[in-house]
Amino acid sequence: MTDQNATFGNRGNRDASVVNTKGMGTIDGTRRSGPVGAGRAGDPFLIGESMTGGYGKGADILHDCTISVEQGQIAVIVGPNGAGKSTAMKAIFGMLNLRQGSVRLNGQDITALNPQDRVKAGMGFVPQVNNIFPSMTVEENLEMGAYIRRDDIRATMEQVYDLFPAVAEKRRQAAGELSGGQRQQVAVGRALMTQPQVLMLDEPTAGVSPIVMDELFDRIIAIARSGLPVLMVEQNARQAMMIADKAYVLVQGANAHTGTGKELMQNDEVRRTFLGG
Amino acid sequence: MDFLNALVVFLNFVFIPAAAYGAQLALGALGVTLIYGILRFSNFAHGDTMAFGTATVILLTWGLQAIGITAGPLPTALIALPFGIALTALLVLGTDRAVYKFYRRQKAAPIILVMASVGVMFVMNGLTRLLIGVDEYRFDDGARFIMDVRTFREMTGLPEGLALRSTQALTLVVAVIVVVVLFWFLNRTKSGKAMRAYSDNEDLALLSGIDPERVVRLTWIIAAGLATIAGTLYGLDKSFKAFNYFQILLPIFAAAIVGGLGNPVGAIAGGFLVAFSEVAVTYPWVKVVGYLAPWYEPGGLMQLLGTEYKFAVSFVILIVVLLFRPTGLFRGKSV
Repeated sequence: MTDQNATFGNRGNRDASVVNTKGMGTIDGTRRSGPVGAGRAGDPFLIGESMTGGYGKGADILHDCTISVEQGQIAVIVGPNGAGKSTAMKAIFGMLNLRQGSVRLNGQDITALNPQDRVKAGMGFVPQVNNIFPSMTVEENLEMGAYIRRDDIRATMEQVYDLFPAVAEKRRQAAGELSGGQRQQVAVGRALMTQPQVLMLDEPTAGVSPIVMDELFDRIIAIARSGLPVLMVEQNARQAMMIADKAYVLVQGANAHTGTGKELMQNDEVRRTFLGG
Repeated sequence: MDFLNALVVFLNFVFIPAAAYGAQLALGALGVTLIYGILRFSNFAHGDTMAFGTATVILLTWGLQAIGITAGPLPTALIALPFGIALTALLVLGTDRAVYKFYRRQKAAPIILVMASVGVMFVMNGLTRLLIGVDEYRFDDGARFIMDVRTFREMTGLPEGLALRSTQALTLVVAVIVVVVLFWFLNRTKSGKAMRAYSDNEDLALLSGIDPERVVRLTWIIAAGLATIAGTLYGLDKSFKAFNYFQILLPIFAAAIVGGLGNPVGAIAGGFLVAFSEVAVTYPWVKVVGYLAPWYEPGGLMQLLGTEYKFAVSFVILIVVLLFRPTGLFRGKSV
């Protein structure tokens, strides 16, 4: 809800005979991209460096936060509720105003790009919720993922179906009719269709059963092993750290601990505060 | 024989006029439902967009006639139509730039866009009147009838006549073509799917690299096209008067809501439902009943409502639908 709506208690937006609030966006699609700068020597593949900023004109949520992921690795962001994990992800994707810091991808400074152009620059993003087109079929969802591509997408589509056989069977069904786990698979599949250079997942296992969660983690590892770097936010800190090449613990929008997953698992403070002993 | 006569009277006075009127409403409702589904508000300016579009088509038609270009048996307006659509598209794109884009950037509540569209409606209202005036204009030329009453009587020997005006046939043919093309576009082409994706989930469409402003522009162009076609067909069939186009907004909204807002199939069904109800309720049935049940002598014309009450029909349909099936006959987006 925008500030404006909140002020008026969302009055006037409830009459569905004149307004359609379903699927309404929060990202400003009218923003134009700025110029792409040069990266810095020795950068990781993707880095959001000393990011400070928040949503709109609101207070800062991130404070000098740095997140990066190397080629072929899995990086996870963990932390308590409200630590700014998803916000950090969105900042890297250009969905909030950065007052300081920069985002650099593959030797380019993309801080000034809008989200649409970051997709074209090679970033794939799977939001936590509302990450499918519910009234479109699974196949159409994947086609939309490949919207920016001009070449033949069938091979990629077959790869996605191979990766997620469960959704392959339902390719003609509306994605909104699938189960939670299958929807997540469609969502990840949609992002893969872009053939991104880096995949960003915002809590891919939120709200799915433990079995489905394990399966999703397996798939994500498989994706990373195929050479595609993965950056993800995860609630299930323990499991996430086990598969992470690099883990970031955020607290109140700032980096609290950084290291390989194993290192952090052995860190007493991290265990006490986030992993429950 | 009596049954045939009743059927002919029914076809001549109810079915054919209602079908043509229904096709015009359906095309109008398609535009409304498209804007509701994709741009997320009910566009009150749609009726006046139709008026503006038709006015440009009329002016172009006069221009073409003046330099001696006609379409033979077909109305000259058909030649002027593509240019009228282009001009109307320019106008709505300009309006979007000047008015709606500001609110879109603010992520304003859709109700604000609805209210803005009421303002746009008044401006377009005035613009159309400045452009062509407030009078009633007829601009149909070419062959008037495909089948007239006398030919039909001579052919069949029935006392009752059946007329099929060329504008009515044209309306139905054009409507079918437009609907087929629109559905093909929305379901089969990349741009059409992008529009549906944007309607489903704006943010995710953006994250898939779909340029939202391009979707918005496409939607306005298609809506302008639908509005101009619907308005021109309506004007050819009846006559053009700017005020009538303002009034037709109500049945169009009723049609879109009855069918289920945001659902193109619903808009078409709704258009015909509203048109048939309107004509059936305001038609004096005494002649049909006279043929079917000659023993029965009704006291009056057997007209449920006077024609001046035809807009009440749309209102009643609207209220009944909103009370008992707010999502419309076909599941729309307002679920």
